[in-house]
Amino acid sequence: MLSRNPLVLIGLLMIIGYVLVSLVSPSIIPRDPMKQDVSNRLKPPSADFSFGTDELGRDIFSRVLVGSRITIPAGVVVVVIGSALGTLVGAVAGYVGGVWDEIIMRVTELFMAFPTIILAMAVTAALGPDIRNAILALVVVWWPSYARLIRGLVLDVKSKEFVEGARSVGAPDFYILFRTVLPNCLSPVVVLATLDIGNAILTFAGLSFLGLGPDPSSPEWGRMVSIGIDFFDQWWMWLYPGMAIALLVMAFNFIGDGVRDILDPRLRK
Amino acid sequence: MPFYLYFLRRLLFVIPTLIGITAAAFFIANAIPSDPINTNLPQSALNNPEMIAAFRERWGLDKPPVERYFTYLSNLVQGDLGTSIKTHKPVADDIRRFLPATAELATYGTLFGIAIGVGFGIISAVWRNSFPDYLVRILSLIGVSFPVFLLALLALQVFYVNLGITAGPGRLGVKLDDPPAVTGWFTVDALLAGQFSVLGDALSHIILPSIILGLYSSGIIARITRSSLLEVLGADYIRTARAKGLSERLVVGRHALRNALIPVVTVIGLSYGNLLSGAVLTESIFAWPGIGRYMFRASTSQDFPAIMGVSILIAAIYVGVNFIVDILYYFLDPRIRLA
Repeated sequence: MLSRNPLVLIGLLMIIGYVLVSLVSPSIIPRDPMKQDVSNRLKPPSADFSFGTDELGRDIFSRVLVGSRITIPAGVVVVVIGSALGTLVGAVAGYVGGVWDEIIMRVTELFMAFPTIILAMAVTAALGPDIRNAILALVVVWWPSYARLIRGLVLDVKSKEFVEGARSVGAPDFYILFRTVLPNCLSPVVVLATLDIGNAILTFAGLSFLGLGPDPSSPEWGRMVSIGIDFFDQWWMWLYPGMAIALLVMAFNFIGDGVRDILDPRLRK
Repeated sequence: MPFYLYFLRRLLFVIPTLIGITAAAFFIANAIPSDPINTNLPQSALNNPEMIAAFRERWGLDKPPVERYFTYLSNLVQGDLGTSIKTHKPVADDIRRFLPATAELATYGTLFGIAIGVGFGIISAVWRNSFPDYLVRILSLIGVSFPVFLLALLALQVFYVNLGITAGPGRLGVKLDDPPAVTGWFTVDALLAGQFSVLGDALSHIILPSIILGLYSSGIIARITRSSLLEVLGADYIRTARAKGLSERLVVGRHALRNALIPVVTVIGLSYGNLLSGAVLTESIFAWPGIGRYMFRASTSQDFPAIMGVSILIAAIYVGVNFIVDILYYFLDPRIRLA
């Protein structure tokens, strides 16, 4: 897989790099990312400050490195909780069937009718701007596509002979759904979820950019870009955190593109 | 299936979805434990029970949620979306004022996205696994990876600040008056009024934000065009077309592309809806006085009538665009007509 598509390898290496940086950033940052130093405010990139400083004299390089500890986990948490919730809802709908399936799927479609960021903005507005609320808002937006995917898979698997077999020996529905049907549906969900982290990061950064995420002092990348706009000529304030988001999302998309090619037989040579 | 039957059948699916959207928006705005009083009354009034009661009565917050929902629904049917807590104007009037700017931006963005996306998709499929294909794929991957706000800032820095070849933020230069309102689209209204200097300025202002919006959808459109065209190019009837000696241009243009366009039309429809929401970010950077900025201001001040109004409107546009896409299927896919 990796030799056939170098982009997958590049994407994978980039993500490993990001995760490593996020893990070790507290010990490798040259300065305290929260420490204000007004005498050094708005300094352009130099040998002393690789990425320059912001309006309060804080070191942007250190803030970008530490920011990975907010954005990456936020994206992962959104996808993990969203996919788990969607899997549960979709599995119940597909397995139980009938009226419950109809009701659950119509509700799912309603949530899908709202464009992502609009629904997330409405939820965040109701809950109040805060990093946890931004994540919660994105979970509300994220689960429906997983529910729809897993429902289709459960509908397919539940008619298989081994499920009939489990039913004929008297296994309870709960056991059949969670021990027999679901394990056979999870691989596509895991693949989709992995590739979806890039999208979640992009949307989370968008919410933060709008001021509906972490507070302004936080070194979250989207928030740093939005503050940087007020100092547009000091391009380093918005360019570096923005590039940190772009490269991370690109890494996930490189992997996604390669995996899509490999899984889609129509696109093979 | 005759067209009217197909049309009515699709319409029947739309109505319950629209009612459901209003319920979902109402649920979100009301079921979550937050109080618009905190953001819409001054600090001094928060300790005054009479003012709080008056506020609740004024905005109907003292009534049970079910009653409020049905009142909202019956008002909505009559085109009344309530009154904005922030602007103190009817939400419908606010939307009427801000929507044309967003629709203009999203439409130009979509047109740009289609031109680039379909073009790149064709190049990528026809020259599959060659340099142009790799280049187009990498460019479209980059297009969908960059946050809209970063692309917007980069474009402003390069084309407005450094090169000075486009106008900066806003819809029109400060020295110019708005063209006489007919459609609310400055480019169209200026053209209708014969104000060519205004038209030039409006185009100079809209070009960057619409390209930024369009770039995002062009990446997705290019990807779908490529995969759909590759699938069609492998079909037997394409081999037949080649075997009877048709030029490659005719094979791709007349036989393959038309059949490959069905999933592309779906994606274009979906991406138009996404552009309306993506416009929230673009509008905030380009100071574009559209529905996205209105929604943003409503969100930060918990102006629920406005939030609900915009959410319902955008979701309804989304559903409406999908309905139009379904109708287009009827003309693009002969199997639907013959079913």
